[in-house]
Amino acid sequence: MSAVIEGAAIKEQSRRAAERGAGFLPRLVRQPIVVACSLVLLVIVLACVFAQWVSPYEPLEQDLQNTAAGPSASHLLGTDQLGRDILSRMLHGGQVTLLGIVQAVAVCAVIGLFLGLTAGTLGGWVETVAMRLCDLLLAVPGLVMLLVILGIYGNNEAAAMITLGVIMAPTLARVVYSATIAVREELYVASARVAGLTSFQIMRRHILAGVTGPALTQISIVAAVACIAEAGIGFLGLGVAPPAPSWGNLVTDAQNVMPISAWMLVPTGGIIAVVTLSLTLLGNGIRDAYMGRSSGSSKAFSWRALAVKVSQAESPAGGGAAPQGQEPILSVKGMTVGLPRGSSEVTIVDDVSFHVAPGEAVAIVGESGCGKSVTISGVLRVLPMGAHVTAASISFKGTELTSLSEREMNAYRGTGIGFISQEPISSLNPAFTVGHQLEEAVRLHRGVGKGQARQIARELMARVRLPEPEAVAKKYPHELSGGMAQRIAIARALAGEPELLIADEPTTALDVSVQCEILDLLRDLREQTGMALILVTHDWGVVAEACDRALVMYAGQVVESADVQSIIAHPAHPYTRALLQSSSVGIAPRQLLPVIAGTVPAPGYWPHGCRFASRCELAEDACRTGPIPMVTLEESSAARCIRTDVDELVRT
Amino acid sequence: MLSVVIRRLIVAVPLMGVISFIVFVLSSLAGGSVGQAILGPTASAESVAALNEKLGADRPVLVQYVDWLGHAVTGDLGLSVVSGVPVADTIASRIPVTMSLAVGALLLVIILGVTSGAIAAIRGGITGRLAEVLAVLGRGLPSFWLALIAVLVFGVNLAWLPVSGYVPFADSPSGWIQSLILPVLVLGVSEIALVAVVTRAEMLSAMRSDYVRSLRANGYPWKRIVFKHVAKNAAAPVLTMVSLVFVSLLGGTILMEQIFGMPGLGTLMVSATTKHDLQVIQGLAVFYTAMVVVVFLLTDIASGYLNAKARAR
Repeated sequence: MSAVIEGAAIKEQSRRAAERGAGFLPRLVRQPIVVACSLVLLVIVLACVFAQWVSPYEPLEQDLQNTAAGPSASHLLGTDQLGRDILSRMLHGGQVTLLGIVQAVAVCAVIGLFLGLTAGTLGGWVETVAMRLCDLLLAVPGLVMLLVILGIYGNNEAAAMITLGVIMAPTLARVVYSATIAVREELYVASARVAGLTSFQIMRRHILAGVTGPALTQISIVAAVACIAEAGIGFLGLGVAPPAPSWGNLVTDAQNVMPISAWMLVPTGGIIAVVTLSLTLLGNGIRDAYMGRSSGSSKAFSWRALAVKVSQAESPAGGGAAPQGQEPILSVKGMTVGLPRGSSEVTIVDDVSFHVAPGEAVAIVGESGCGKSVTISGVLRVLPMGAHVTAASISFKGTELTSLSEREMNAYRGTGIGFISQEPISSLNPAFTVGHQLEEAVRLHRGVGKGQARQIARELMARVRLPEPEAVAKKYPHELSGGMAQRIAIARALAGEPELLIADEPTTALDVSVQCEILDLLRDLREQTGMALILVTHDWGVVAEACDRALVMYAGQVVESADVQSIIAHPAHPYTRALLQSSSVGIAPRQLLPVIAGTVPAPGYWPHGCRFASRCELAEDACRTGPIPMVTLEESSAARCIRTDVDELVRT
Repeated sequence: MLSVVIRRLIVAVPLMGVISFIVFVLSSLAGGSVGQAILGPTASAESVAALNEKLGADRPVLVQYVDWLGHAVTGDLGLSVVSGVPVADTIASRIPVTMSLAVGALLLVIILGVTSGAIAAIRGGITGRLAEVLAVLGRGLPSFWLALIAVLVFGVNLAWLPVSGYVPFADSPSGWIQSLILPVLVLGVSEIALVAVVTRAEMLSAMRSDYVRSLRANGYPWKRIVFKHVAKNAAAPVLTMVSLVFVSLLGGTILMEQIFGMPGLGTLMVSATTKHDLQVIQGLAVFYTAMVVVVFLLTDIASGYLNAKARAR
């Protein structure tokens, strides 16, 4: 049984790897710039290789009538100070330079691939030794070593270019090494190992496929550097001896005729520039191809693009549960959040309405990918770059947040609404001590001096029950446990004395015992301060433990909203019921937990009708014909389902 | 912190030994003796042998190396076989020229590169795109060619600046600056965009991080987030890039000194290479390696200060 599953998994992974390999070349040749650069390089290489037949003159042939002349019909690129044809000298000189490039690249590729692949695949002491060797070679100043070699071996270009190849090898080795490691750690190699393939087979099949792109990119860079270095050597007069031409010493000739005519600088330097630029752009093209991105996709990002676009919609379309009794502290009506995908926008959160009463704890529950986190991020307007929030109204304590500017909005974050995130350690800045970060928050939100901020920070640390606050304050986030880091994050959020705390899966990344402590802490803090809480979670245990009311979200929509007790006892929506059944809440001990078949439809692929229909046992034709409205069931609960009546019957 | 420095030194000191040894071995493998190199191919075998004996070049390589190393640790790098002047003195007298160039270009690169990279990360738009295009151009255009064009345009046609020579700072501070402007600009210009691209990428990756999201969600002013929290995290990788840039600038000074006629280490290196002056080449190889090692050491210390995690490792 398990062997069958494993076999299938390997097949799947290999197929994906093959797809990736197959995608590389088409993606490469689809880029016009790659094609153009390849053609330019091909033409130049062929012209130089066949210079004897292609070039119009002998490289040393002098036309004394036409010295240091500009371009003309008889000399397409003009002549030098001795009347020699520049084009012909460039074509012949190119043989020297191109040979040098080939030598450097070949040496570099052999050493770099060997070191990188062996270190990456074998690991252990081979890895250590190879990488130490690379570190050592990286500290060698390249051009200086080239001159040393030329000084010793006297105008021996081959020796110089081979040295260059050796010097450049560690960079390639590192690139190959990290690519190998990445592939090695991917599942398909792991499963190939399980299937009993030998190391060599693994290397040939998978690793080489993963390494090709990064290695080719680096090799094109090596070629460009070699081109410039070879020309530089020639320019310094340390390469092939004149009158034999090379691209480098042609620039020296151009320098010498500069007082008479500047023209010669153009073609002689130009050819070097064209070749190196083509190689560099080719490298960029290869990188784009193996990274699977079209050039220009990531370029629009900036801090400024983080500012969320907010627009006010018409009156709320959906019938969100109406606030009753007290004036809510937060009221969201008809909020839709879109994120950029390619050149278009995809809706992540669709027409969500809810409210939070002062001091109330509201849970937002659902599977991953249902839009829970994006919902709260939309309220706070802290979203990935290019996001777009539309809402009829988002009001906090009577202030309409949608009409506020980014700067005005910032006055409410931290002080009105506090926030803690899922990953406690990475939510703290790794570069500062936690004590510093906490004091910074206190000074920022309370406008107190250093000494007082320090004192308040220590009080906050005591309130979140951190033992030894003095010692903890001096630590960096990575030195703390997840539970301790989450306490610091909570203390930071409390620094502004918020009336509403938003916690995005605050316990998901923590151990079970620590989870309980953090939940207890949150509940106690709420009792002490009377602040309201929005808690995003997929864990019904957390909901039952810490919340008064729950919103269940599915595929970007709120599908049910009710008091925690009644929702656990009598879930109205089939999705809520399935979620509850698959968690341990309300289920007899030792009963097997059922899993909901199928997956949440991804944003952009939501069906027109009920979004849960494909996974729902009760779905009928009416469910699929059109959008399902929220149906009010009792005064405080509502569900987005037209079959709740049947439901009741089924259940009772 | 101290352990980082010590660990680096443990690698660095043998590295310089290894480099100098390689140079020694290579020169012995090259065929043709030192005497031959000095006297030229037409010299008689007897005179070459006599010179070799006089210079001690007839001894086994290892003996020569140990002898050289024994002197080198005391700061004596031997005598130039061409001019007879102590190598250490020659190098010392030329350091100011090369360092003026390299450090000047480094400052230019840091100031313009980091600023434009930060602007691109914050404001986006054309700056980031421009930096990427310029980075490709910077890597692609040969600096000696750019230098000749700069000489032609600013030195000859416009006649704004001197195109040749070096004025020591002590002689005339304004002359010193004028003599440096063109070579420093040409040397630095190709690296500016490279630093800008790295700065932008590192800042953007910090801006996408979880802690910046938390800071934004807790109402920190954007300037504090960008110029304190993002900046400190982006600084270490940018610094590493800058140290690599400095190594490349050191190499670049060789070409710039040659074109702008400046009596620095680069012109010394080129003339020693043409004349096969192995003592000078040996001394320079060790000196350049030492420079690189020092720069890497300083970078490590600074990175450790900026990045608590790196320090712990």
